[in-house]
Amino acid sequence: MAVTVSRGRVQYRTDGMQSRTEVLVVGGGSTGCGVARDLARRGVDVTLVETGTLTNGTTGRMHGLLHSGGRYAVSDRASARECIAENRVLRDVAAHCVEPTGGLFVKRPEDPDDYFEAKLEGCRACDVPAAVLSGAEAREREPHLARDVEKAIAVPDAAIDPFRLCVANAVDAEDHGARVETHAEVTDLLLEGGAVVGARVEHASGKGPGARGRPGETEEIRADHVVNAAGAWAGEIGALAGLDVAVRPSKGVMTVMNTRQVDTVINRCRPKGDADIVVPHETACILGTTDVEVDDPEDYPEDREEVDRVIDTLAELVPLLREARTIRSFWGVRPLYEPPGTDTEDPTDVTRDFFTLDHADRDGVPGMTSIVGGKLTTYRLMAESIADHVCAKLGVRARCDTDEVPLPGSERPGDLDAAMERFGLRSPIARRSAERLGSRTTAVLARCDPNPIVCPCEAVTRAEVRDAVDGTGADLNGVRIRTRASMGNCQGGRCAHRLAAELHPAHDEAVARAALNDLRDERWKGQRHALWGEQLSQAALNYALCAATMNEDADPARTGATVAWDAFDDGRVASDDGRTAPGVGRDETDGVRGGPDGD
Amino acid sequence: MAIEDDVLVVGGGVAGMTAALAAADAGASVRLVTKKQSTLRHASGLADVLGYADDALVADPFGALSRLPDDHPYSIVGAAAIRAGLERFDAVTGESYRGGHTDRNALVPTHGGTVKPTARYPESAAAGLASDERDALLVGFETLAAFDAPFAAAHLEAVGVPFGVRGATVAFPGTPRSDATATWYARALDDDADGVRERLARRVARVHDGEPRVGFPAVLGETHSREVREALTEVLGAAVFEVPMGPPSVPGMRLESSFRAALEEATVRVVRNPVVDYETDGDGRLSAAVVDRNGQRIPHHASSFVLATGGLVGKGLDADRERVREPVFGCRVPHPADRYDWFVDDVYGDQPYPRFGVRTDDDLRPLGASGRVEFENLRAAGGVLGGYDFAAECSGTGVSLATGEAAGRAAVGEAIQ
Repeated sequence: MAVTVSRGRVQYRTDGMQSRTEVLVVGGGSTGCGVARDLARRGVDVTLVETGTLTNGTTGRMHGLLHSGGRYAVSDRASARECIAENRVLRDVAAHCVEPTGGLFVKRPEDPDDYFEAKLEGCRACDVPAAVLSGAEAREREPHLARDVEKAIAVPDAAIDPFRLCVANAVDAEDHGARVETHAEVTDLLLEGGAVVGARVEHASGKGPGARGRPGETEEIRADHVVNAAGAWAGEIGALAGLDVAVRPSKGVMTVMNTRQVDTVINRCRPKGDADIVVPHETACILGTTDVEVDDPEDYPEDREEVDRVIDTLAELVPLLREARTIRSFWGVRPLYEPPGTDTEDPTDVTRDFFTLDHADRDGVPGMTSIVGGKLTTYRLMAESIADHVCAKLGVRARCDTDEVPLPGSERPGDLDAAMERFGLRSPIARRSAERLGSRTTAVLARCDPNPIVCPCEAVTRAEVRDAVDGTGADLNGVRIRTRASMGNCQGGRCAHRLAAELHPAHDEAVARAALNDLRDERWKGQRHALWGEQLSQAALNYALCAATMNEDADPARTGATVAWDAFDDGRVASDDGRTAPGVGRDETDGVRGGPDGD
Repeated sequence: MAIEDDVLVVGGGVAGMTAALAAADAGASVRLVTKKQSTLRHASGLADVLGYADDALVADPFGALSRLPDDHPYSIVGAAAIRAGLERFDAVTGESYRGGHTDRNALVPTHGGTVKPTARYPESAAAGLASDERDALLVGFETLAAFDAPFAAAHLEAVGVPFGVRGATVAFPGTPRSDATATWYARALDDDADGVRERLARRVARVHDGEPRVGFPAVLGETHSREVREALTEVLGAAVFEVPMGPPSVPGMRLESSFRAALEEATVRVVRNPVVDYETDGDGRLSAAVVDRNGQRIPHHASSFVLATGGLVGKGLDADRERVREPVFGCRVPHPADRYDWFVDDVYGDQPYPRFGVRTDDDLRPLGASGRVEFENLRAAGGVLGGYDFAAECSGTGVSLATGEAAGRAAVGEAIQ
């Protein structure tokens, strides 16, 4: 007989934990976090589970474009209208996640004239503000545009930080009573009488935000309703209940440059094609992308050819890119979906619209709804739509307010200057911190005095790192997405071990070291695709620092090797009579030493 | 007036400076061309010879040489060149370095909290050796995020060091800026304004519990390091040592100063401009390296040349998406054609790229594609050489010293006995 102990909502049992919630959200990307926030704000009891850290899937692996709608103005006007509406909402409620860069659709001589006109007309039809610029005007705005760019359409595209956005949604959900569990993988769905009644979850690292050290705990989470917001992995979750959720995962590469060659989003104005966008982002630019359907969202080839193609093709728009320094490349997997029977050949043509699949209606399996397709720009709208759907089922009458209530950090834009003043930080650092933290700046920075820089590339201070650790636990990739630490030029070469040190002593040394290894692995994964020129030199320097200066690669604590300490120089010199004496030239500092020779 | 020397060395790191000193010692007129800040400020300041062979920790580097492959730089120049290079290092550094009393490696605590094997270590690190069984207190500064003493101490315990170790963090006197680097602390301690040395010592004394040795991050003065340590020792009544750090590395800067002084004493002329081209005599020999001085192309003639421009870190090797090249004299750098074969997926796996570099004949002359020497009178030394992984082996300074010594002597027609 299992013993149960009640601690809050969670029942701890000797044979595993059990808990209850009204709605279980599976997936900690933008959609899942958006759904959790929306429901929690309506008073619904929500638990969110995510296999890795937040944004681990597609959300953290995109170029960070907040669409104006211009991109869809020719092919999909419904999406274009949704995009511009949400673009306006997010500039307001997620101000601290958005940089209003503006965007250009630029036309090269070989790009079709009629498409340029169709784009302009489409924008106007969809309420997307659009202005035509001559080539010279476009270059005045972005001096590195190619000399033969003929003309451009200016639209209100923007850059959005998907990490910050997602975390802010999760934080607000928690503030409204939700439980958010990262590193918690759904291993099975609970089925009773043909209905989904919850999920079995394995906590990779013990329960609690980012806690580590107690791997393998399982928990049964029973729920009135389950929302499958697993994105490209939604098919796998559906399959646990025998449901066919035909997501078509499609990979795309993003290549990160070391600096901002452009300050405006640059789109190529042609019907479709790979490698047609440059998004300025914080200190970097992100080049994208490709569109290739894959069988498995976890396991797909990362091709050199894709990296070369985005650089070479986008250099047609911004020639500087051809020789510029790239710091890493990464791939994301789009959770494309189309209704059964559509059978579009080219993944580029598959709709970017989202679909709510009520498995009671569709498959006769009540208790679960999947949300598939869609894009980051409309994440809030998707969340609203599915929250409405779930609330109708649960009989909850509260209305959505996420289009009006700012996310944590975006409430009081005026706070930024005050915080800079108060903390006497040198202004460039304060500015970077304040941009990341928004109206949380004061509260976060107040916790550390003095507050040294931990990550020099991105000017991330100790206070921000500790704040992130509070949110994510001993997970340095979680700290990375919250703070940008280790995302700059040196890719963690200088700061990774400092970040690990910030985990200690709240977390054990071994736990901190394991988190450091995870961060090193993750940073290396992307850098492998940028190993030439400056970044190869940087990688060699990082390697020298980590393997030679710090000797991490051969650390006995890592390799388990035993060291014969007495086989090595201990600083003493053997003298003629076989006794040991202080080494040649030892200064008086050694006089205080009491060695085994009794001096 | 034409610039004409016996030997022209390109590169101002340990290998280049050693080659210049070796050639000058033999009576040659030597000029050294270096383009910018040396990479020594990136290095820890330890002088490694060989810490690992076949992935196993090495206690005696000389005993392990036979386990190295035939194309390793050490196999090419031999043990005598390593000893000659170390002798030069000892002469250059004098009392400021230790370890010359034995062939055995020392294990030095790192700022990350493990230990690393090295052949020579600054005197400031001598009291910190891991085979010394005295208990230690590590001290970090609240504002210096690069060295977290309690974390390093806990890590050393996990490593199993044969002494008790504890870490404590103190506030450095004054108010360091939020982005103050190691050099800021070193200069503050050099200047000793407002008695900062003693004030620091008093703060450390409050957390010191009688440990016979106390370790600090390697920022204890750049120009007055001995005085700084003495001031701390006097208050603490314990031996004081430094834990080597990453860049900017104060011990690396001190080491560079020692070499610079030796170059000056040996009347080696140092030119700080980039080499942009070269000239040949049409008969397989280099006749000049062309140096850019404010846009002016100035040929520097010599009878013999040494290429010591470093590896990928110091830009002695350069790569684009298609190939790796040696940019000064265009020497061949063998490498896999596909850049996705330049690395392996495990960050600490057997990485190919650190081994990139020029390959030479037995006389350190770079070889071209045909297997013939690129130039009759060009020798290569240090990081620009391929066939070794200095970080995995802990062999960087040793290879630079041994091949620098050998190349410098060969440039003037001398062999190492």
